[in-house]
Amino acid sequence: MASKLTNEEVYTLLKNAFGDKVGEMLTPFDLLTVEVAAESANAIIEWLKKDEKLQVSYLTVLGGVHYPEDKGREIAVVYHLHSLVNNFRIRLKAFLPIENPTIATITYLYVGANWMERETFDFYGVIFAGHPNLKRVLNDDSMDYFPMRKEYQLEDATREDKDDRFFGRE
Amino acid sequence: MSNENEDYLEEYKQDRLSHETIDGDLATLNLGPTHPATHGIFENILTVDGEKILDAVQTVGYIHRAFEKIAERRPYNQITTLTDRLNYCSSPINNIGWALTMEKLIGCEVPKRVDYMRVIIMELARINDHLICNSVIGVDTGALTGFTYLFQQREAIYELFEEVCGARLTTNMCRIGGFERDFSKTFWTKLDAFLLNFPKVFTEFDNLLSRNRIFMDRTIGAGPISAERALEYSFSGPNLRAAGVDYDVRVMNPYCSYEDFDFIIPVGSQGDTYDRFQVRQEEIRQSLSIIKQAIAKMPEGPYHAGLPEFYLPPKQDVYEKMEALIYHFKIVMGETPVPVGEIYQSVEGGNGELGFYLISDGGRSPYRLQFRRPCFIYYQAYPEMIKGQTISDAVLTLSSMNVIAGELDA
Repeated sequence: MASKLTNEEVYTLLKNAFGDKVGEMLTPFDLLTVEVAAESANAIIEWLKKDEKLQVSYLTVLGGVHYPEDKGREIAVVYHLHSLVNNFRIRLKAFLPIENPTIATITYLYVGANWMERETFDFYGVIFAGHPNLKRVLNDDSMDYFPMRKEYQLEDATREDKDDRFFGRE
Repeated sequence: MSNENEDYLEEYKQDRLSHETIDGDLATLNLGPTHPATHGIFENILTVDGEKILDAVQTVGYIHRAFEKIAERRPYNQITTLTDRLNYCSSPINNIGWALTMEKLIGCEVPKRVDYMRVIIMELARINDHLICNSVIGVDTGALTGFTYLFQQREAIYELFEEVCGARLTTNMCRIGGFERDFSKTFWTKLDAFLLNFPKVFTEFDNLLSRNRIFMDRTIGAGPISAERALEYSFSGPNLRAAGVDYDVRVMNPYCSYEDFDFIIPVGSQGDTYDRFQVRQEEIRQSLSIIKQAIAKMPEGPYHAGLPEFYLPPKQDVYEKMEALIYHFKIVMGETPVPVGEIYQSVEGGNGELGFYLISDGGRSPYRLQFRRPCFIYYQAYPEMIKGQTISDAVLTLSSMNVIAGELDA
């Protein structure tokens, strides 16, 4: 089933509505990817959901990524949204500083975002402002760090046979 | 969520909802984490009034194994084994989903025959997954016969998997680029036997439960959810379709040449346990039909793509040919460069949209790999679905949602 919307079409609508809150248009593997300002991420998601033409009203998945080299915007929150009516998928990325990774919750738009946001908090320490019950979901409550951040090595850091050079990263 | 619970309790206290107890005291009951009725490690702390559930608080994560973290240190071809352990009732679908993600990333076109072979395997896995779920619904309503009777047929499916890859449950079946080997003659014979025997047994199973008065009374109205609510909870798979939304990844975003096959997407209307049961029953019939179509249209050709950088060369060549030895070494050590990119690929898993969100920075392992695990997402709705129901209905609802602990906890 082909999509009823094109990437350009949606991006233009998005850009007209939100101006400089919306970054440049990227289409890796034909999936519209847009960087959005963290403070307006929830507004954009709400607009996408309520727009009568787009009807992007299905939250596929929400998660975090840690980019330690990207100073001031180390933590990314990635939203994959889907318009089931138009069969159109879109990916939104909001970047947050690691000192204060706070972003507004979208649980008031999608109840299903509840655990996905808790998982992102659990693993990346992202604070979702306004979340009804923001606590760890998979890890133990007494854990005092966010394990998916890149500074936590999976294996014993003193091992020399498996250092990062062997993984293609200097 | 918590606000809604409070509203509910408030309404209850103000006598707007029926009371069952004599003294009005509420009890707290731990359902799980290790209890035979929960079919896995699920803990629910229930607030009950007699038999009626007023509130449920879930605890998950008992078997969390940090797959997403482990994946960040593993070469790409070694990640298939992690996907096995998500939804282990239909692990070949997960394996193939991962292979498809990688093929999309490196831009590999697989031969048509591989697509069709994969379709056969994935539909067998779907049948297996649905059989477990539906026969367990039978068990929870007090009908053990169907479960034990279908065991033989599930055994036949496991034997087919064993014939293809040597393993039964955690199959690690697919390779990036195709299959490790072609289907053997025994496989085709066993598949023919399965296609001959299974429909008869399945019809008997269906006759046993589908129109059974006791079964219907127990399941109709147990754990319902509306289509709107299911969408808000990001439901997918049979649970969403039982609520009346015809979303199926195989049709919406076809992969593995699913567009070549003729099948219908069954939908329910009430989103209750009975509808979930019926949707799965019909999907099993559709899967059988897809397998038959795939056999009839099976194209000739190689069982893997010409992809020396990712697909292991024949062992004999490794000993005799320089190039094969180099490729073998590079694949095993994970030294093959991959393109930089960001990709989302999803497949219709046994219980919903199984997605892979992969960020590659060109290194030999993913920079970030996120699994969209349908169970984890739709299990959130469980307290809402069982509120006001009895404990035995809650057990039934849990098994009919097909929540698999391995997938839930990653």
